[in-house]
Amino acid sequence: MKKLSKLYLGLMLLFLYLPILVLIVFSFNDSKSRSVFTGFTFEWYEKLFRNELIMTSLANTLIVAVVASLIATVLGTLAVIGISKMRKGPKAAVMQVTNIPIINPEIVTGVSMMLLFVFFAARMNLEFGFVTLIIAHITFDVPYVVLNVMPKYRQIDANMYEAAQDLGCGPVRAFFKVILPEIMPGIISGFLMAFTFSLDDFVVSYFTSGSTAQTLPITIYAMTRRKVSPEINALSTIIFVCVLVVLVLKNVIERRADKKRGVVR
Amino acid sequence: MENIVSLKDIVVTFDDEQILNHINLDIRDKEFVTLLGPSGCGKTTTLRIIGGFLEPDSGLVTFEGKKINGLPPYKRNVNTVFQRYALFPHLNVYENIAFGLRVKKLPEQEIRKRVGEMLELVNLRGFEKRNITRLSGGQQQRVAIARALVNRPKVLLLDEPLGALDLKLRKEMQIELKRIQQSLEITFIYVTHDQEEALTMSDTVVVMNHGNIQQIGSPVDIYNEPENAFVADFIGESNILPGIMLKDYLVGISGCEFECVDKGFGNDTPVDVVIRPEDITLTNPEDAKLTGVVNSVTFKGVHYEMVVETYDFQWLIQSTRAAEEGAVVGITFGPDDIHIMHKMKG
Amino acid sequence: MKQKLLSAPYLVWMAVFVIVPLVMVAYFAFFDSDGNFTLQYVADVAQYSNIFVRSVWLAAIATVICLVLAYPLAYFLSKMDTKIQGTMVMIVILPMWMNFLLRTYAWMTLLGNEGIINTLLGYIGLGPFKMLNTQGAVVLGMVYDYIPYMILPIYTVMAKIDKSVLEAANDLGCNGVKTLFKVVLPLSLPGVMSGITMVFVPAISTFIISRMLGGGSNLLIGDLIEMQFLGNSYNPNLGASISLVLMVIILLIMTLMNQFDVDDDRVLM
Repeated sequence: MKKLSKLYLGLMLLFLYLPILVLIVFSFNDSKSRSVFTGFTFEWYEKLFRNELIMTSLANTLIVAVVASLIATVLGTLAVIGISKMRKGPKAAVMQVTNIPIINPEIVTGVSMMLLFVFFAARMNLEFGFVTLIIAHITFDVPYVVLNVMPKYRQIDANMYEAAQDLGCGPVRAFFKVILPEIMPGIISGFLMAFTFSLDDFVVSYFTSGSTAQTLPITIYAMTRRKVSPEINALSTIIFVCVLVVLVLKNVIERRADKKRGVVR
Repeated sequence: MENIVSLKDIVVTFDDEQILNHINLDIRDKEFVTLLGPSGCGKTTTLRIIGGFLEPDSGLVTFEGKKINGLPPYKRNVNTVFQRYALFPHLNVYENIAFGLRVKKLPEQEIRKRVGEMLELVNLRGFEKRNITRLSGGQQQRVAIARALVNRPKVLLLDEPLGALDLKLRKEMQIELKRIQQSLEITFIYVTHDQEEALTMSDTVVVMNHGNIQQIGSPVDIYNEPENAFVADFIGESNILPGIMLKDYLVGISGCEFECVDKGFGNDTPVDVVIRPEDITLTNPEDAKLTGVVNSVTFKGVHYEMVVETYDFQWLIQSTRAAEEGAVVGITFGPDDIHIMHKMKG
Repeated sequence: MKQKLLSAPYLVWMAVFVIVPLVMVAYFAFFDSDGNFTLQYVADVAQYSNIFVRSVWLAAIATVICLVLAYPLAYFLSKMDTKIQGTMVMIVILPMWMNFLLRTYAWMTLLGNEGIINTLLGYIGLGPFKMLNTQGAVVLGMVYDYIPYMILPIYTVMAKIDKSVLEAANDLGCNGVKTLFKVVLPLSLPGVMSGITMVFVPAISTFIISRMLGGGSNLLIGDLIEMQFLGNSYNPNLGASISLVLMVIILLIMTLMNQFDVDDDRVLM
């Protein structure tokens, strides 16, 4: 049984990683062949960094992701506080709406927002670009912030806020001194989740970006539609390494924090 | 002694439910006052009104003679020890206690001095740097008390502070709290549903039920002279049975007439009769007006607890001598042991 | 009272950018450009029924394969030594964090006629097989891209199962296999349900995978919608009504799934 499970795990890992490994290996191939390794080169990496389109779209992606996830974090955190004070019925309704962007197929979210933006573009001075893109990203980011902060907020002892007031804090000060530190882990994980989804998003961006503000996924898509270029392999390798580093770091930090807290609680 | 806190005609309703029903309560300075009652009786609500966490729908709240309705909690000279302590998990013991002083922006030296005093008072010296999540329940409790007292409130409110502790620790903390209250000479208003706790610590007990105050008095008064069947039932175990006040000093119970010490109920008035289990003596059947069969005998350590069934009532009886199960026994009690009370409203 | 107001910006935002756009989808599906009510666009969807059938079919196959592959994996992961369990889960989930366009692209290069698989097969005298631009490739792409969404919820539910519940099952006479079927399986059903949702919904609505791995001949609903909005056949009314039908299909299948769903209390155990 033990051996069987190890074998199975191994096979699944092979299935999950082999395609990525092949991409990585061929990013160093000095010919454009996708099947025969003819020699080692850094040529595609150099080309990648000299590719202005990729570099601008990378910058665009970062700008959109940072701005959208920051706004979504503020919007979502404030929302949680308000929602928690609502009565049961309205609260349930709001949570249903919160779930819509998560459950709905991305393409429907993208298309529906595109319809809205087209409507506004025709009547007001709105152009498809950064503004529409950021609005769209905030919209699909903010539910993740709400869903991450909500449980942390609920966990807080109802008396905590009162205790701070009892000890002399005004309502606003009590929030910053007591509530905020308590929900901070939720806010951070909500922000990070929103940020990653923004970085990674293709479908919604595809329908709401216009030609002036292309993000990296859109550029990647365009590249895969044209002739094969090992630059994509190089890009994949870099992204994979980044993901790996970030996840390992995250793991290490969490372990440390757990150890520090002594896993009491 | 003068009143430090007064509640006049306080009414609170939530969702059409009356939580407090025209409450009047005066609390004297430097007293240990306990609000006692079952859950939902309005005791915590009363405490929250004094703390400033809840505004009554109507009525007057005064503190040292001045109206404090509408004054937010952070402007009242009152501090609270919360039910589950509500300690701040992101701060250590020292910073939790120093919280209120830091908010007031006291000089660092003063803070250190006063926090030190508090740690001394609650026996937590050496725990300053400890993360509060790594403290035991009893230690957390002490931090919560220190955190409130360090602000030198005139009144300390305690909302079932010992509820989460085990029995032995609870007993220790009861004595500890009483000691702290006496050494600081401030008013404690203590909420609990544990009658024993209330009797042990308090100068004055306020018994509440369904948003009404049932009785206010010293622990001895409350125990010995309950004003109605609810109080009698809630404070200690009691036999509460229907009776008829035939005339002054004479009451009918289970078809027999008994002398008693109560008067002023009028003639032939239905009343509730309370007889404490420890006040009953078992005799031979021929020596008593009431006879019954012993249903069960349970050893309780100090005494035996017995249930004796007469034709219309099951009597709870405590005695150091055990009767035999199934035996026919007589039930006797003296005039002093009978407490007559008005029929409960509702 | 004041605190409730803090959610106002959020409520306005969600109303304007979630509710209103969905209402617009419905409007475009039922009203023509002159504002007249019409069922024409919804009726037009019928002529694409073969694409709908294909989408549901391929997404369903991909979902089933994901479930079959992911369930044992999640089970083995949850059984692992707790010291390495977290790391192992991270390793399994890691590919999910890579952009799915790149993951799909990886298969494009693997499956092509001059791809590495056909080349290797060529060395032993087989092939080349046509693998790219087939329905099989599309299903493979779906499975590869979305299987983490199946593994994660099932694993999460399984990891939460109280060890003493399993011990109780052993105590009451279940061996390992019996415990799996009588205790673990029913307890993990909520995870399976959300896994199915999380795989099926993106699979049925994708247009990337079909385009990159299915060539032009294996259109899915997603492609159809995309073509009405950004493609050559610009027709937002038709696109809106296809989107509407897609949402209805998903809603129907979800409701059907919920019929099998166990009551939520069991998750809390």
